Amino acid sequence: MLTVKESLLGKTREELTQLTIEMGLPTYTGGQLAYWLYKTPIDSFDQMTNVSKKARTALSERFDLGMKAPISESVSTDGTKKYLFNAGNGKFIEAAYIPDGVRHTLCVSSQVGCKMGCLFCMTGKQGFQGQLTAGEILNQLRSIPERAKITNIVYMGMGEPFDNLEAVMKSTAILTAEYGFAISVRKVTVSTIGIIPAMKVFLENSKCNLAVSLHTPFEDERKNLMPVQNVYPIKDVVETIQQYDLGKYRRVSIEYIMFKGLNDTRRHVNELARLLNKVNCRINLIRFHTIPGTPLESSDDATILDFQQALIAKGIVTTIRASRGQDIEAACGLLSTKELVKKKRENVSDQ
Amino acid sequence: MKTKLKLSKVKVIRQREISPGVFVLSFIRPWDFTAGQVVGLAGHENDEARLYSIASGELDEEVDILYNINPDGKLTPWMAQLNTADNLWVSEPFGSFTGDEEKAWWIASGTGIAPFASMFRTGLFKNKKIIHGGKDLQSFYFHQLFEPELNENYIRCSSRENGEGIYHGRITKYLREHSNLPLDEKYYLCGSAEMVVDARDILIEKGIPFDNIISEIYF
Repeated sequence: MLTVKESLLGKTREELTQLTIEMGLPTYTGGQLAYWLYKTPIDSFDQMTNVSKKARTALSERFDLGMKAPISESVSTDGTKKYLFNAGNGKFIEAAYIPDGVRHTLCVSSQVGCKMGCLFCMTGKQGFQGQLTAGEILNQLRSIPERAKITNIVYMGMGEPFDNLEAVMKSTAILTAEYGFAISVRKVTVSTIGIIPAMKVFLENSKCNLAVSLHTPFEDERKNLMPVQNVYPIKDVVETIQQYDLGKYRRVSIEYIMFKGLNDTRRHVNELARLLNKVNCRINLIRFHTIPGTPLESSDDATILDFQQALIAKGIVTTIRASRGQDIEAACGLLSTKELVKKKRENVSDQ
Repeated sequence: MKTKLKLSKVKVIRQREISPGVFVLSFIRPWDFTAGQVVGLAGHENDEARLYSIASGELDEEVDILYNINPDGKLTPWMAQLNTADNLWVSEPFGSFTGDEEKAWWIASGTGIAPFASMFRTGLFKNKKIIHGGKDLQSFYFHQLFEPELNENYIRCSSRENGEGIYHGRITKYLREHSNLPLDEKYYLCGSAEMVVDARDILIEKGIPFDNIISEIYF
């Protein structure tokens, strides 16, 4: 019978140290493992040259490093790359590499599929298929060729990060730890639709940035777009954020997809300004990448620009996110959904 | 890792297995609520609370929670072992997936029927049509409640088993085959993300304005 070995990727230095102690290896082996896992591109135990051969053999008998290369990549004319990873059992996740001058951002997935059912989201159409471990989240960075170039990480890929809080918190801890990938907390952003209890844990225990998907300040409209509004209303999400002292450097951004005729009017500008009155945040306006079967359309560029100016006039820092990778299924979830559908068709034709 | 819902201790007064692996757990109602709301449940004050819809009526003395055992989860296998007088930690009710007197379709899969049972037991069943999906004939929880009042407006969709008066197929198949869905009525959806998203797409395809579709998801 084939046994699946436990992965080392995704373990903290403390956990690595603990397991080496349990195996009767020198205490410092844990630190050595963290170095090889998070600071180097090695992909086998044999390459860990400062770890004794005996320790390497013992470790390889019990553990797997946990790195899995992407199964495919799509490259956009603008340099954006989309990586597809096999998440096992015929399921797939995506990560997007977005270069922009000196900034190299990686957008990672936190779940396979998603439970949240937002009307505008392609990932939601897959339903929920499983949680990613901290190792599987980190693998999206660890196993791509641009690994060493990455300056920023955003948890804006497939899934709702705060529905997988433990793995997300652990992965951000390793991303930002000195022994880990040593990325500054200011360069890591976790995005949520506003799951309040988990958001509180994040605000209290992490120093990474927070992004909140808002999309309309009006309760009834938001309910139609995002079922989570029934459980955690945006008003409560904003009030919760207000309760925390975020310090000078920690950033809260509000994600706002612009939908034609739905959330792009002056009434929305006024209500957004009222809702966010006491929150130190910036608003990121996002063009909507149309997905199949949705009744929504993107606002046009002139409307988006006008909306931005109106918010700036209200004193709110507002940016428009550049659309990237439009020629390679930019909308999150499109690529993996296509792969999933292909797999299902293959299975049906095999039967 | 502790999440931040405030929890209070209640005592279980009853636990019934209404179908294999599916339970209704009851405790004395400690607060007022609106039919359709959820509560957080946990085994201990510091545990992560999971959300469950209340299945009892607003004026009932007891709160009923409908749940099935998730073998991969921690809470539900533990809950299934609870006996009368055992303790459970519960949050105050919250949420706005609530019903009203207007004409509407209540569409649920599995234990997603719970908020509609609550609305029904609160007296909001006039002008309502229930479409309940389940894998077999034992999946139609609370059918004794719905059947006598709703008659032909209570539709059970069984994906794996045939039965008298039962539609054979998933909810999504039923909706696809159904022509002339009223465009001006509300459609409430509750269940797995997959069912909610698929059913919503079909309703939109059939011309239902998306602001007439109200969804509740499990997470």
